[in-house]
Amino acid sequence: MPLPEGLYGLMAEFEGPTQLVQAAKAAHHAGYRRMDCYTPYPVEEAAAAIGFHRDEVSLVTLIGGLLGLAAMFGLETWIAVWAFPLNIAGRPYFSWPAFVVPAYEWTILWAGLSAAFGMLALCGLPKPYHPVFNAPNFRSGASTDKFFLCLESTDPKFNAAETRGFLEAQGPVSVVEVEY
Amino acid sequence: MATKDVPVNNPMVDPVTGEYRVIAPGHTFKSVTEEVSRIVLTSHTPLGWWFGFLVAGGIVGVLMTAVTWLFLKGVGIWAITIPVAWGFAIINFVWWIGIGHAGTLISAILLLFKQGWRNSINRFAEAMTIFAVVCAGMFPVLHLGRPWLGYWLFPYPNTMNYWPQFRSPLMWDVFAVSTYATISVVFWYIGMIPDLGTLRDRSTSKLGQFTYGLLAVGWRGSVRHWVRYETASLLLAGLATPLVLSVHSVISLDFSVALMPGWHTTIFPPYFVAGAIYSGFAMVLTLAIPIRKFYHLEDLITIRHIDNMAKVMLATGLIVAYGYSTEVFMSWYSASHWEYFMMWNRMFGPMGWSYWVLITCNIALPQLMWLRRFRVNVGLMFLMSIIVNTGMWFERFVIIATSLTRDYLPSSWGTYRATKWDYATFLGTLGLFTFLFFLFIRLLPMIPMSELRMMLPQAKVREKAEPIAEAGD
Repeated sequence: MPLPEGLYGLMAEFEGPTQLVQAAKAAHHAGYRRMDCYTPYPVEEAAAAIGFHRDEVSLVTLIGGLLGLAAMFGLETWIAVWAFPLNIAGRPYFSWPAFVVPAYEWTILWAGLSAAFGMLALCGLPKPYHPVFNAPNFRSGASTDKFFLCLESTDPKFNAAETRGFLEAQGPVSVVEVEY
Repeated sequence: MATKDVPVNNPMVDPVTGEYRVIAPGHTFKSVTEEVSRIVLTSHTPLGWWFGFLVAGGIVGVLMTAVTWLFLKGVGIWAITIPVAWGFAIINFVWWIGIGHAGTLISAILLLFKQGWRNSINRFAEAMTIFAVVCAGMFPVLHLGRPWLGYWLFPYPNTMNYWPQFRSPLMWDVFAVSTYATISVVFWYIGMIPDLGTLRDRSTSKLGQFTYGLLAVGWRGSVRHWVRYETASLLLAGLATPLVLSVHSVISLDFSVALMPGWHTTIFPPYFVAGAIYSGFAMVLTLAIPIRKFYHLEDLITIRHIDNMAKVMLATGLIVAYGYSTEVFMSWYSASHWEYFMMWNRMFGPMGWSYWVLITCNIALPQLMWLRRFRVNVGLMFLMSIIVNTGMWFERFVIIATSLTRDYLPSSWGTYRATKWDYATFLGTLGLFTFLFFLFIRLLPMIPMSELRMMLPQAKVREKAEPIAEAGD
């Protein structure tokens, strides 16, 4: 796949979280959909403002946990009943109460790994290169104290001049072009 | 709880609540970031760090020597014998893993309870967990006698056609501890990704940018990512909470499923868990107090943290005290001759002194923490943290040594006296723990910067957001 070229989007920097959320709401209201906010700490209101309400991490975690439970309980049962049955004082082979603890631990193990790696996968990480890092003021502050709204050029409503005008009207610190 | 012994014009005291602040006033997003990242990103490593690092490294050398000798000679160099087949190895295992539990408690349980003050201390409490589990995990494996066959513990298809016995608590332990180690590392790392991104962006050296960049997996602070990240953190906290309670419960089952007097009791799981948290908080204080002093982090790890940790220690210490008294009561109430003798022997037998050390360190002295004046005195709290850790080590010593040396048959009684190799291995793990910790504070952000930013007043979005029309996405 050839690398995309040209304009990735327009990146506006804002002073604080409140200004960012207001601008993001205005952009969503104006019909922009392909956009993202970049903040140095979680700003839930900004996610809501760009119309991102649901994440699938919980579902992935649930599925992972259930698989872990089934895997370990199944393994224990298979070992104790079929693969390596041991008669201990005449107790049943399928002595399920004793199998609860490892199955419980594996439920947590698989659920935890699913939550962590599922989150990264849903975010599309690891992704060491991303166009937003090309914005000149991004790396100096996006992870410290600056708040960004990026309207992406793939949005059908995107028009370099009009979009810039729109962003300028939201009272940003600066608006810069982001190249791929 | 405003009290009069706090100076009114102290800037570290919130005038509204009279409580010490969680974070000093006047900080900005930039200043908290700088305060934490400067420790890692400086090219000038403090001499004190080198000193501590080299001393700890020397003690790791002791550990290496002890372990090498163990591999050459076998477990006979330890004092383990019949009747005490579990000596220092299991004492240290339980002690270390218990210390680890406070890290998970701080990072997971206090997150679920929305205790904001935990934010400044959770990262290094989690690091403490991991290093404590590293130290703990070594002991059962070394105790195997043939540690290179340790993988036999795991179920895997093999030519011997053998499978592990899943009805044994020792087998449960394998899964509890390995899950705990894995989840602790994952939780720690996931929590660190945004901060690693900050270090990547702030680092001026090529090596730093590359290494932190690699570790940060391209984190760019997208709010969509943040939402998923927050969900994942909350879920991991929700998973780590039952996990941490189960791990020490399972460890206590190693004892309580056995029919030894003093072990075969149902109070063990809760009392082990409380003891674990008790000693873990003590260890957090042992680490936090010198670090905040050395790196001048008094703005971020404040008296409030020390005060709150002291309160948690006081509460868990009382649960532990309840556990001890239940043991004493039950040894009388059970009307079992063996239980009765066990308790008498524990208190007044040849190793009775260790019981009284335990009572002094774990129950008597910590009552001083009822006094606010004591809790906010950093030096005294440091001393108290050492006392509690000593007491908790003796708790495990008492449980293991006194029960095993004198069980049912006087003809099979024995004694237990640790050898120099036992002490060398224990000391060595203390060195390893410190060594790893020194590396951690130099190379990784020990205070979560993104969470500190959230705690600042300017982090809030003002004017409640109006509901947004759900237009076509």
